[in-house]
Amino acid sequence: MAPFALVDDLGKLGAYAIYLLIGLAFGATLEVAGFANARKLANQFYLKDMTVLKVMFTGIITAMVLVFLASAAGVLAFNDIYVPPTYLWPGILGGLIMGVGFILGGFCPGTSLVAVASLKIDGLFFLLGTLFGVLVFGETVALFDEFWYSSYLGRFILPEFLGVSAGVTVLLVVLMALGAFWLAEKAENVFGRGVFDARPVSTPVRLAGAGGLAALALLVMGMGQPTPMQKWEILADDKAALLGERQVQIHPGELIQVAANHQLNLNLMDVRPERDFNLFHLLDSRRVEMEDLERGALTRELLDLPANTVTILISNDEARATRAWKMLTGEGIMNVYILEGGINGWLDLFAVNGACQGCQPKDGPAPEGELAWEFEAALGSNRPIANPDTFRDKAFFFAPKVELEVKERPAGGCG
Amino acid sequence: MKTSAKAKAFTNPYLAGVLLGVVLFGAYFLTGTGLGASGGMARLVAAGQDLLAPRHVDRVGHLVEMAGGEANPLDHWIVLVTLGTLLGGFLSAVLHGRLKVETQKGPRISTRTRWVMALLGGAFMGFGARMARGCTSGQALSGGAVLSVGSWAFMLAVFAGGYALAYFVRRLWT
Repeated sequence: MAPFALVDDLGKLGAYAIYLLIGLAFGATLEVAGFANARKLANQFYLKDMTVLKVMFTGIITAMVLVFLASAAGVLAFNDIYVPPTYLWPGILGGLIMGVGFILGGFCPGTSLVAVASLKIDGLFFLLGTLFGVLVFGETVALFDEFWYSSYLGRFILPEFLGVSAGVTVLLVVLMALGAFWLAEKAENVFGRGVFDARPVSTPVRLAGAGGLAALALLVMGMGQPTPMQKWEILADDKAALLGERQVQIHPGELIQVAANHQLNLNLMDVRPERDFNLFHLLDSRRVEMEDLERGALTRELLDLPANTVTILISNDEARATRAWKMLTGEGIMNVYILEGGINGWLDLFAVNGACQGCQPKDGPAPEGELAWEFEAALGSNRPIANPDTFRDKAFFFAPKVELEVKERPAGGCG
Repeated sequence: MKTSAKAKAFTNPYLAGVLLGVVLFGAYFLTGTGLGASGGMARLVAAGQDLLAPRHVDRVGHLVEMAGGEANPLDHWIVLVTLGTLLGGFLSAVLHGRLKVETQKGPRISTRTRWVMALLGGAFMGFGARMARGCTSGQALSGGAVLSVGSWAFMLAVFAGGYALAYFVRRLWT
């Protein structure tokens, strides 16, 4: 499933060749749009020639519709796509500064490259200026890095911000862009008749294009984005063997080892009902609702965790944790494991010789998914036995399975 | 100002936009990331600094990430995209008869003024693009298409900055 791990699949040279080709197509597209011409770009700000807005918004909505269509069809894993993280105020301040640079200099970085490539001297001066600005930023950022790292909201996308589905957002953005195009045409008619010639497109073709994009947006909305479980089903052919061969169910001893390893960031997630969690849970584990996992409510938070994070899922036995594992794996979360035997297994191993201080095994076998122990009171994590660190010096025999994996996920083009 | 007789007319903006969107989607689909331009420039600058003052680079946090120690700041996918952009722009300009040494400017200013303003505008742009962690390509276009909230706020800010100042510098362009 797309996107692909290009370096793994093609080697570094092959991957770099793809990036070169993408850049080539990008540069050629900017050039045919007329973006090597600073006057054409600057006229955007005098409402004479709205090419910048038209090209940019058409590009955005076309790519957006295709991305979410591919995601809805299950051929593109949206969570594996790099979404520029939101640092709100540095982004806004940087944008304002760039707006000033744009109107003074007539280009933005990408268009200045194309201007240089087509031998525009002003483009060359602009590019040199840009390099100087980059240099100044690198040398001074230490003076204001508190601001530069402020208002961090992570992978924050408009559907979350608006509180509507991705499909509805896609439709709204398309409609907004079409409205902007209508206004842009009006503005050009008033302020800039024929300032620059571009090959005209007849009204029927334009309407067909607008209608086509709106129809695709409606289709995206109608199809809806796959749920975590549906995403798992797409991956199941590849990944079900990990469960079957017990590659991801880790021994309690390995949990203890991971907890003691300060190079790893341990994320213990307990997926049991509140009642069981209150009776007993491991120290520093957090309870999460299966329902939240089912609708992907924790996905953004989990995707934003540091790359050295190991997530271990805990349930009474393994049933619920396995279900949760499938959903998190479907969502593209890396390094997720299941506590072998769950809480019952933990207690079987450690609650010997009264170590539990307040619990004992139930009579007879427990039904699947239920606690096999009973408790005098709600112990929570309030006993040494709930703390993995209690057992860190104990010797265990198990085959280690945790292996920190980092997805080949190129971060944005501007880092 | 019309383009020269020999040069072909620019592609219709909506059509160019669809092309751009398809290229951007292709980038996301194949590589998982969008387009960019300022990142390549930042790495070029870091490479220059690494050549002239490697020990300085190793002491500045912002540069260490790209060029600290043995790291080669140019060994990065975005550099290939940037090279490709140059190459693609060049090929397209050749094919469409637009490869021409010239300076584009408003009718009321001298060529030298245009150059000075281009240099100055570029400096603002370079500084701002690093501040915003991306430029029009990487943030506005790429981030906009995948609905990043920060990218949309950024995009509005760029337009706001441009429109706010446009009236006062109209001599430059009109």
